[in-house]
Amino acid sequence: MRKLWLAAAAALYLCAGSAFAADDTLTIGFTVSQTGSLNLDSIAQLHGFEMWRDDVNGAGGIKAADKRYKIAFVSYDDQSQGGRVQQLYTRLITEDKAQFLFSPYSSGLVATATVISEQYGKLMMSVGAAEPKTYQLGNKYLFQVYTPADHYLASAIELVKSKNPGAKIALVYSDDPFSKAVAISAREQAKQGGLQIVLDESYPPNQTDFSAIINKIVSSGADTLLGGGHYPDGATLARQLYDQKANLKWVTLLVAPDSPQFASLGGAAEGVSVGSQWAPQVTYKPDFGPTPADFAKRFQAKYNIAAGYHAAGGYAAGLLLQRAIEQAGSIDPEKVAAELNKMNVTTMFGATRFSTDPKSHGLQVAHQMVLLQWQSSNGHLENRVVWPLAAATAPVKFPYR
Amino acid sequence: MLGILVSIVDGVLVGSVYGLAAMGLTLIWGVMDVINLSHGAMIVAGMFGLFYLVTLGLPAYAALIPVLAAGFAVGVGLYWMSVHRMIGRPPLMSLLATFAVNMVLIGLGTALWGTVLFNVPVSLPGVAWKGYTFTGTHIMAAVATSVIAGLLYLFLYRTRLGKAIRAVAGNREAAELNGIPTTQVLALAFGLGIALACISGALIATLFPFTVLSGTAYQLKSFVVTVLGGLGNPAGALLGGIALGLLEGLLTPFMPVSWTTVIEFGVFVIVLIAFPRGLFGFLRHARSR
Repeated sequence: MRKLWLAAAAALYLCAGSAFAADDTLTIGFTVSQTGSLNLDSIAQLHGFEMWRDDVNGAGGIKAADKRYKIAFVSYDDQSQGGRVQQLYTRLITEDKAQFLFSPYSSGLVATATVISEQYGKLMMSVGAAEPKTYQLGNKYLFQVYTPADHYLASAIELVKSKNPGAKIALVYSDDPFSKAVAISAREQAKQGGLQIVLDESYPPNQTDFSAIINKIVSSGADTLLGGGHYPDGATLARQLYDQKANLKWVTLLVAPDSPQFASLGGAAEGVSVGSQWAPQVTYKPDFGPTPADFAKRFQAKYNIAAGYHAAGGYAAGLLLQRAIEQAGSIDPEKVAAELNKMNVTTMFGATRFSTDPKSHGLQVAHQMVLLQWQSSNGHLENRVVWPLAAATAPVKFPYR
Repeated sequence: MLGILVSIVDGVLVGSVYGLAAMGLTLIWGVMDVINLSHGAMIVAGMFGLFYLVTLGLPAYAALIPVLAAGFAVGVGLYWMSVHRMIGRPPLMSLLATFAVNMVLIGLGTALWGTVLFNVPVSLPGVAWKGYTFTGTHIMAAVATSVIAGLLYLFLYRTRLGKAIRAVAGNREAAELNGIPTTQVLALAFGLGIALACISGALIATLFPFTVLSGTAYQLKSFVVTVLGGLGNPAGALLGGIALGLLEGLLTPFMPVSWTTVIEFGVFVIVLIAFPRGLFGFLRHARSR
């Protein structure tokens, strides 16, 4: 009987041992839009998170001082809904004891999650959220990986100005926080560039029929279309533009044409351009972590799809957090935040520096965007970097079709 | 002026497809007093049906026939599974039963396909006019809708089965006393309603890309159309759809597109209050007095 008790005690000790080992695990919490309208981009972002976690754990974990931490994720489906995000981030912090947070996907959901993360003083790497307003509310623990929304159409406007100085622009955009923020800046940038906006109109994010809007574009005499929103509406707009043959010389849409899925539109995708946070062809020389080409190659091998900027952004969020923890030599959020405040680095995603101005703390101030255009070569569609010229991998096709 | 005219014509073309989508909803309501909340999911099923048949190599418009047939079979199956026991019970029961079916189907669809956008590549020459284009697919969808609506009319008014459906819709007990097997007729009517939802989904898929979640928007439009046309009145639904398209076409040149939904639902509420029989139901009733 005594032996039995000893055996039980030994078993308990072993169990306790493995439980203590869990202390060397760093828990990162986040929500993913597994369902709902943001599912495609959000899952691409999740793949980026996962690939970073697997890389870190494969290399033995994150080194902070004399300890190594393996990464564990806790995540839930937010169903692309702000209400769920609020509820789930509270749960991630209070019940799941997440030590750090990744943001959900999209500006609207990040704004909601930030209310919770700041309330509990949790550090959150914000990715998939470009709308700048969230970073102007005095947040202390929010750090933005993406270039802010103000710059999404800047390259396209520059290109249009150089190719067609008398361009008449139709600015048609989704009625969501991100797209509206882009449109506000685009209006200003077009004005500064001396370009005329002949149609300025928003549409509901769940718009399915763009016939009436395209007729308005034709009526306005516009020769350039800038706008869109997220994937479903952007892809639908592109398809209908192709069907209705609006007489345009240039089309730049937000987000949708950056997805590899966009090629499934066939002829409707050709010539359409997108301001992109990242492309596999970029030639950044990273200070640490993989090169863009290495990341793209391994991502393709792991998930059997091409890496887009949502995935690259997800990976970069992890990489930057890892760097800050390693530099701080601690997982104390205050120390890690201090390292992120000091950070001025280049990764496979490009340059990164966060604003330390209290009025815009955490806003991304170093990362730059490129303009991609879908071009056909031997009957095969490819998304190529066409602007800025210094980063271009192919000459721009203007008019676009 | 030209833009307004084009917008109206386009609105009418798309509106006829809204009408077709609503015909299924209103038929089911008219015959068995069931508000089918799985209507949107069935529209999406039609979209996916067309997508896979086209992927298999069938021409898009030829694929409409198997979509219609499969929709009918699914509808009859669904009737026996989820609706039959709810007939004659409070309307909330059937509402919840069909809502549950909707949730299950959307959940399954999301698990299988995610919310990835699907595109059926259909190319038909359109009609170009002074810079504007009426796409071939829009014209074809309106033509197909007219043909299907005509066939439905012939079926309901010229065949014994159709007459049986109308008899059951008018007075189920009297129909039963006259030897009509009402349960089978109800299953047939439900199958027909679902088939109409599926074929309208397939036609919509020839016009726009879609996701698993696309059905919600068309289901909402179907409700507006049904109220405009009068609950239980398939011909009214078609006219209601055209009226809704006309309204959209008239409004959009003068105001931001975001406002059209607000106005559509405003009209929905006004019609519901002022003409509970629906706009066309009211006109018919006024004429018959």
